[in-house]
Amino acid sequence: MSAVLHDVLTAILVLAGGAMCLAAGIGLIRFPDVLSRLHAATKPQIFGLMAVTADVAINNFSVGTVTLVVAIVVFQALTAPMAAHLVGRAAYETEHLRPDLLIVDELKDR
Amino acid sequence: MTTPRERLAAVGNQIPPLIALIVLWMLLWGEFSWLNLLVAFVVGIVVTVVFYLVPVQLSGRLHPLHTVVFFVRLILDIVRASIDVSWLAVKPRLVTSNAILAIRLHTRSDLILTWTAVATSIVPGSIVVDIDRESSILYLHVLNLHSAADIESFRRQVLDTERRIVRGFGSREDVERMRGVLPVNRPSARRPSARRGAGSEPGKGTP
Repeated sequence: MSAVLHDVLTAILVLAGGAMCLAAGIGLIRFPDVLSRLHAATKPQIFGLMAVTADVAINNFSVGTVTLVVAIVVFQALTAPMAAHLVGRAAYETEHLRPDLLIVDELKDR
Repeated sequence: MTTPRERLAAVGNQIPPLIALIVLWMLLWGEFSWLNLLVAFVVGIVVTVVFYLVPVQLSGRLHPLHTVVFFVRLILDIVRASIDVSWLAVKPRLVTSNAILAIRLHTRSDLILTWTAVATSIVPGSIVVDIDRESSILYLHVLNLHSAADIESFRRQVLDTERRIVRGFGSREDVERMRGVLPVNRPSARRPSARRGAGSEPGKGTP
Protein backbone atom coordinates (compact mmCIF):
# COMPACT_ATOMS: atom_id res chain seq x y z
CA MET A 1 0.00 0.00 0.00
CA SER A 2 1.43 3.31 -0.95
CA ALA A 3 2.14 5.82 1.81
CA VAL A 4 -0.32 8.41 0.53
CA LEU A 5 -3.16 5.95 0.28
CA HIS A 6 -2.32 4.74 3.75
CA ASP A 7 -2.44 8.27 5.16
CA VAL A 8 -5.70 9.08 3.40
CA LEU A 9 -7.32 5.91 4.67
CA THR A 10 -6.14 6.62 8.22
CA ALA A 11 -7.44 10.17 8.06
CA ILE A 12 -10.83 9.10 6.73
CA LEU A 13 -11.32 6.41 9.38
CA VAL A 14 -10.23 8.56 12.32
CA LEU A 15 -12.28 11.53 11.13
CA ALA A 16 -15.33 9.32 10.59
CA GLY A 17 -14.96 7.93 14.11
CA GLY A 18 -14.60 11.41 15.56
CA ALA A 19 -17.55 12.75 13.59
CA MET A 20 -19.78 9.92 14.84
CA CYS A 21 -18.87 10.62 18.47
CA LEU A 22 -19.44 14.34 17.96
CA ALA A 23 -22.84 13.68 16.40
CA ALA A 24 -23.72 11.39 19.30
CA GLY A 25 -22.88 14.17 21.75
CA ILE A 26 -24.90 16.74 19.84
CA GLY A 27 -27.84 14.36 19.56
CA LEU A 28 -27.74 13.76 23.29
CA ILE A 29 -28.36 17.45 23.86
CA ARG A 30 -30.74 18.15 21.01
CA PHE A 31 -33.10 15.19 21.08
CA PRO A 32 -36.14 15.88 23.23
CA ASP A 33 -36.87 12.77 25.33
CA VAL A 34 -35.17 9.78 26.96
CA LEU A 35 -35.93 7.25 24.23
CA SER A 36 -34.73 9.40 21.35
CA ARG A 37 -31.64 10.43 23.33
CA LEU A 38 -30.86 6.75 23.78
CA HIS A 39 -30.59 6.41 20.02
CA ALA A 40 -27.99 9.15 19.93
CA ALA A 41 -26.17 7.94 23.02
CA THR A 42 -25.72 4.28 22.15
CA LYS A 43 -25.69 3.88 18.39
CA PRO A 44 -23.59 6.13 16.16
CA GLN A 45 -20.42 5.43 18.09
CA ILE A 46 -20.61 1.73 17.27
CA PHE A 47 -19.74 2.81 13.75
CA GLY A 48 -17.26 5.29 15.21
CA LEU A 49 -15.62 2.54 17.24
CA MET A 50 -15.54 0.26 14.19
CA ALA A 51 -13.79 2.98 12.20
CA VAL A 52 -11.21 3.78 14.87
CA THR A 53 -10.41 0.14 15.66
CA ALA A 54 -10.20 -0.68 11.95
CA ASP A 55 -7.67 2.13 11.70
CA VAL A 56 -5.63 0.70 14.59
CA ALA A 57 -5.70 -2.70 12.90
CA ILE A 58 -4.49 -1.21 9.60
CA ASN A 59 -1.65 0.68 11.25
CA ASN A 60 -0.38 -2.17 13.44
CA PHE A 61 -1.26 -5.05 11.23
CA SER A 62 -0.72 -8.34 13.06
CA VAL A 63 -2.85 -11.34 13.91
CA GLY A 64 -2.96 -10.30 17.57
CA THR A 65 -4.26 -6.81 16.81
CA VAL A 66 -6.88 -7.97 14.36
CA THR A 67 -8.28 -10.61 16.72
CA LEU A 68 -8.36 -8.13 19.59
CA VAL A 69 -10.14 -5.59 17.39
CA VAL A 70 -12.71 -8.19 16.40
CA ALA A 71 -13.29 -9.04 20.07
CA ILE A 72 -13.70 -5.36 20.99
CA VAL A 73 -16.22 -4.69 18.22
CA VAL A 74 -18.20 -7.88 18.88
CA PHE A 75 -18.51 -7.16 22.59
CA GLN A 76 -19.43 -3.55 22.04
CA ALA A 77 -22.03 -4.72 19.52
CA LEU A 78 -23.46 -7.25 21.97
CA THR A 79 -23.56 -5.06 25.06
CA ALA A 80 -24.66 -1.68 23.71
CA PRO A 81 -28.13 -2.93 22.63
CA MET A 82 -28.64 -4.57 26.04
CA ALA A 83 -27.87 -1.33 27.88
CA ALA A 84 -30.13 0.60 25.52
CA HIS A 85 -32.91 -1.95 25.97
CA LEU A 86 -32.74 -1.82 29.77
CA VAL A 87 -32.76 1.96 29.92
CA GLY A 88 -35.50 2.15 27.28
CA ARG A 89 -37.68 -0.34 29.05
CA ALA A 90 -37.23 1.37 32.41
CA ALA A 91 -38.02 4.72 30.80
CA TYR A 92 -41.17 3.33 29.21
CA GLU A 93 -42.46 1.66 32.33
CA THR A 94 -41.86 4.66 34.54
CA GLU A 95 -43.55 6.82 31.87
CA HIS A 96 -40.52 8.95 31.17
CA LEU A 97 -41.59 9.48 27.63
CA ARG A 98 -43.47 12.10 25.70
CA PRO A 99 -46.48 10.57 23.95
CA ASP A 100 -46.79 13.69 21.79
CA LEU A 101 -43.58 12.69 19.98
CA LEU A 102 -44.90 9.28 18.99
CA ILE A 103 -47.03 8.85 15.90
CA VAL A 104 -47.90 5.26 16.88
CA ASP A 105 -47.62 3.45 20.20
CA GLU A 106 -48.46 -0.21 19.76
CA LEU A 107 -47.10 -1.14 23.18
CA LYS A 108 -49.71 0.96 24.99
CA ASP A 109 -52.73 -1.21 24.26
CA ARG A 110 -51.06 -4.54 24.81
CA MET B 1 -35.13 -37.18 37.72
CA THR B 2 -33.13 -36.94 34.55
CA THR B 3 -32.22 -39.92 32.45
CA PRO B 4 -28.56 -40.36 31.42
CA ARG B 5 -29.48 -39.47 27.86
CA GLU B 6 -31.00 -36.14 28.93
CA ARG B 7 -27.94 -35.41 31.03
CA LEU B 8 -25.73 -36.15 28.03
CA ALA B 9 -27.81 -33.81 25.88
CA ALA B 10 -27.50 -31.09 28.53
CA VAL B 11 -23.72 -31.46 28.51
CA GLY B 12 -23.71 -31.40 24.70
CA ASN B 13 -25.65 -28.16 24.76
CA GLN B 14 -22.87 -26.55 26.82
CA ILE B 15 -20.21 -27.35 24.23
CA PRO B 16 -20.80 -24.48 21.74
CA PRO B 17 -20.57 -21.83 24.51
CA LEU B 18 -17.45 -23.57 25.79
CA ILE B 19 -15.86 -23.38 22.34
CA ALA B 20 -16.86 -19.73 22.13
CA LEU B 21 -15.16 -19.06 25.47
CA ILE B 22 -11.98 -20.81 24.32
CA VAL B 23 -11.94 -18.76 21.10
CA LEU B 24 -12.52 -15.58 23.12
CA TRP B 25 -9.59 -16.41 25.40
CA MET B 26 -7.43 -16.87 22.31
CA LEU B 27 -8.67 -13.58 20.87
CA LEU B 28 -7.80 -11.73 24.05
CA TRP B 29 -4.29 -13.17 24.17
CA GLY B 30 -3.91 -12.59 20.46
CA GLU B 31 -1.80 -15.67 19.83
CA PHE B 32 -2.11 -19.43 19.68
CA SER B 33 -0.08 -21.76 21.86
CA TRP B 34 -0.83 -25.14 23.38
CA LEU B 35 -0.45 -23.78 26.90
CA ASN B 36 -2.95 -21.07 26.00
CA LEU B 37 -5.36 -23.67 24.70
CA LEU B 38 -5.04 -25.71 27.89
CA VAL B 39 -5.62 -22.68 30.14
CA ALA B 40 -8.54 -21.58 27.95
CA PHE B 41 -10.10 -25.03 28.27
CA VAL B 42 -9.78 -25.05 32.08
CA VAL B 43 -11.07 -21.49 32.48
CA GLY B 44 -13.88 -22.24 30.00
CA ILE B 45 -15.03 -25.26 31.99
CA VAL B 46 -14.90 -23.34 35.28
CA VAL B 47 -16.92 -20.46 33.79
CA THR B 48 -19.49 -22.80 32.20
CA VAL B 49 -20.00 -24.66 35.48
CA VAL B 50 -19.95 -21.71 37.88
CA PHE B 51 -21.99 -19.29 35.76
CA TYR B 52 -24.48 -21.83 34.52
CA LEU B 53 -26.80 -20.46 31.84
CA VAL B 54 -30.14 -21.79 30.75
CA PRO B 55 -29.35 -23.98 27.73
CA VAL B 56 -30.20 -22.41 24.40
CA GLN B 57 -31.56 -24.75 21.82
CA LEU B 58 -29.36 -24.40 18.78
CA SER B 59 -30.83 -24.92 15.35
CA GLY B 60 -28.20 -27.39 14.19
CA ARG B 61 -28.07 -25.86 10.73
CA LEU B 62 -25.59 -23.37 9.25
CA HIS B 63 -25.50 -22.03 5.73
CA PRO B 64 -22.11 -20.26 5.39
CA LEU B 65 -22.96 -18.11 2.37
CA HIS B 66 -26.23 -16.78 3.78
CA THR B 67 -24.54 -16.18 7.14
CA VAL B 68 -21.87 -14.07 5.46
CA VAL B 69 -24.59 -12.20 3.53
CA PHE B 70 -26.33 -11.46 6.82
CA PHE B 71 -23.20 -10.09 8.52
CA VAL B 72 -22.11 -7.99 5.54
CA ARG B 73 -25.60 -6.56 5.20
CA LEU B 74 -25.65 -5.88 8.96
CA ILE B 75 -22.43 -3.88 8.76
CA LEU B 76 -23.69 -1.92 5.74
CA ASP B 77 -26.93 -1.19 7.62
CA ILE B 78 -24.97 0.02 10.65
CA VAL B 79 -22.89 2.37 8.50
CA ARG B 80 -25.88 3.74 6.61
CA ALA B 81 -28.06 4.18 9.68
CA SER B 82 -25.22 5.72 11.72
CA ILE B 83 -24.88 8.40 9.08
CA ASP B 84 -28.68 8.92 9.07
CA VAL B 85 -28.90 9.31 12.85
CA SER B 86 -25.84 11.57 12.94
CA TRP B 87 -27.32 13.79 10.26
CA LEU B 88 -30.59 13.87 12.18
CA ALA B 89 -28.67 15.01 15.27
CA VAL B 90 -26.94 17.92 13.57
CA LYS B 91 -29.45 19.00 10.97
CA PRO B 92 -31.17 22.33 11.43
CA ARG B 93 -34.94 22.43 12.10
CA LEU B 94 -35.24 19.13 13.89
CA VAL B 95 -38.76 17.68 13.86
CA THR B 96 -39.01 14.64 16.12
CA SER B 97 -41.53 12.06 15.10
CA ASN B 98 -41.00 8.60 16.55
CA ALA B 99 -43.06 5.45 16.88
CA ILE B 100 -43.28 2.36 19.03
CA LEU B 101 -44.10 -0.55 16.76
CA ALA B 102 -45.13 -4.10 17.54
CA ILE B 103 -43.54 -6.39 14.96
CA ARG B 104 -44.60 -10.01 14.89
CA LEU B 105 -41.81 -12.28 13.72
CA HIS B 106 -42.37 -15.59 11.97
CA THR B 107 -39.95 -17.63 14.02
CA ARG B 108 -40.74 -19.58 17.18
CA SER B 109 -37.13 -20.06 18.16
CA ASP B 110 -35.50 -18.19 21.05
CA LEU B 111 -32.21 -18.10 19.22
CA ILE B 112 -33.59 -16.39 16.11
CA LEU B 113 -35.72 -14.05 18.22
CA THR B 114 -32.62 -12.97 20.16
CA TRP B 115 -30.50 -12.55 17.06
CA THR B 116 -33.19 -10.49 15.35
CA ALA B 117 -33.61 -8.33 18.45
CA VAL B 118 -29.88 -7.68 18.75
CA ALA B 119 -29.43 -7.15 15.01
CA THR B 120 -32.28 -4.63 14.77
CA SER B 121 -31.25 -2.83 17.89
CA ILE B 122 -27.58 -2.56 16.94
CA VAL B 123 -28.59 -0.74 13.77
CA PRO B 124 -29.04 2.89 14.79
CA GLY B 125 -32.56 4.25 14.83
CA SER B 126 -34.32 1.40 16.60
CA ILE B 127 -34.30 0.18 20.19
CA VAL B 128 -36.02 -2.92 21.55
CA VAL B 129 -38.31 -1.70 24.33
CA ASP B 130 -40.00 -4.98 25.09
CA ILE B 131 -40.28 -8.54 23.82
CA ASP B 132 -43.25 -10.86 23.92
CA ARG B 133 -41.53 -14.20 23.92
CA GLU B 134 -44.62 -16.40 23.72
CA SER B 135 -45.82 -14.91 20.44
CA SER B 136 -42.45 -13.64 19.12
CA ILE B 137 -43.36 -9.97 19.05
CA LEU B 138 -40.69 -7.28 19.19
CA TYR B 139 -41.70 -3.88 20.51
CA LEU B 140 -39.34 -1.38 18.93
CA HIS B 141 -38.92 2.33 19.47
CA VAL B 142 -38.01 3.77 16.10
CA LEU B 143 -36.55 7.17 15.45
CA ASN B 144 -37.67 9.49 12.69
CA LEU B 145 -40.76 7.87 11.20
CA HIS B 146 -43.12 10.35 9.63
CA SER B 147 -45.82 8.46 7.76
CA ALA B 148 -47.63 5.16 7.43
CA ALA B 149 -45.38 4.37 4.46
CA ASP B 150 -42.29 4.87 6.67
CA ILE B 151 -43.76 2.49 9.22
CA GLU B 152 -44.49 -0.17 6.62
CA SER B 153 -41.02 0.05 5.12
CA PHE B 154 -39.47 -0.25 8.58
CA ARG B 155 -41.58 -3.34 9.34
CA ARG B 156 -40.44 -4.90 6.09
CA GLN B 157 -36.84 -4.10 6.97
CA VAL B 158 -37.07 -5.97 10.30
CA LEU B 159 -38.76 -8.97 8.69
CA ASP B 160 -36.06 -9.00 6.00
CA THR B 161 -33.41 -9.07 8.73
CA GLU B 162 -35.20 -12.01 10.30
CA ARG B 163 -35.33 -13.80 6.98
CA ARG B 164 -31.60 -13.31 6.40
CA ILE B 165 -30.84 -14.68 9.87
CA VAL B 166 -33.09 -17.72 9.39
CA ARG B 167 -31.51 -18.41 5.99
CA GLY B 168 -28.10 -18.18 7.58
CA PHE B 169 -28.52 -20.34 10.66
CA GLY B 170 -32.18 -20.93 11.44
CA SER B 171 -33.68 -24.36 11.90
CA ARG B 172 -35.23 -26.24 8.98
CA GLU B 173 -38.65 -25.69 10.49
CA ASP B 174 -38.08 -21.92 10.52
CA VAL B 175 -36.87 -21.97 6.92
CA GLU B 176 -40.06 -23.73 5.87
CA ARG B 177 -42.15 -21.29 7.87
CA MET B 178 -40.37 -18.46 5.99
CA ARG B 179 -41.44 -19.95 2.70
CA GLY B 180 -44.99 -20.06 3.98
CA VAL B 181 -45.23 -23.84 4.04
CA LEU B 182 -46.02 -23.96 7.73
CA PRO B 183 -48.75 -21.76 9.16
CA VAL B 184 -47.36 -18.81 11.09
CA ASN B 185 -49.32 -19.32 14.27
CA ARG B 186 -48.42 -22.87 14.99
CA PRO B 187 -48.13 -23.64 18.67
CA SER B 188 -44.71 -23.13 20.11
CA ALA B 189 -42.25 -25.85 19.25
CA ARG B 190 -39.94 -25.07 22.14
CA ARG B 191 -38.83 -27.86 24.36
CA PRO B 192 -39.95 -27.55 27.98
CA SER B 193 -36.35 -27.58 29.14
CA ALA B 194 -35.69 -24.35 27.25
CA ARG B 195 -38.50 -22.54 29.02
CA ARG B 196 -37.61 -19.97 31.61
CA GLY B 197 -38.51 -20.94 35.17
CA ALA B 198 -38.05 -24.61 34.43
CA GLY B 199 -38.41 -25.28 38.16
CA SER B 200 -42.18 -25.02 37.84
CA GLU B 201 -42.38 -28.11 35.69
CA PRO B 202 -44.70 -30.68 37.17
CA GLY B 203 -43.02 -33.76 38.51
CA LYS B 204 -39.62 -32.12 38.79
CA GLY B 205 -37.95 -32.64 42.11
CA THR B 206 -40.00 -35.68 42.98
CA PRO B 207 -37.89 -38.80 43.16
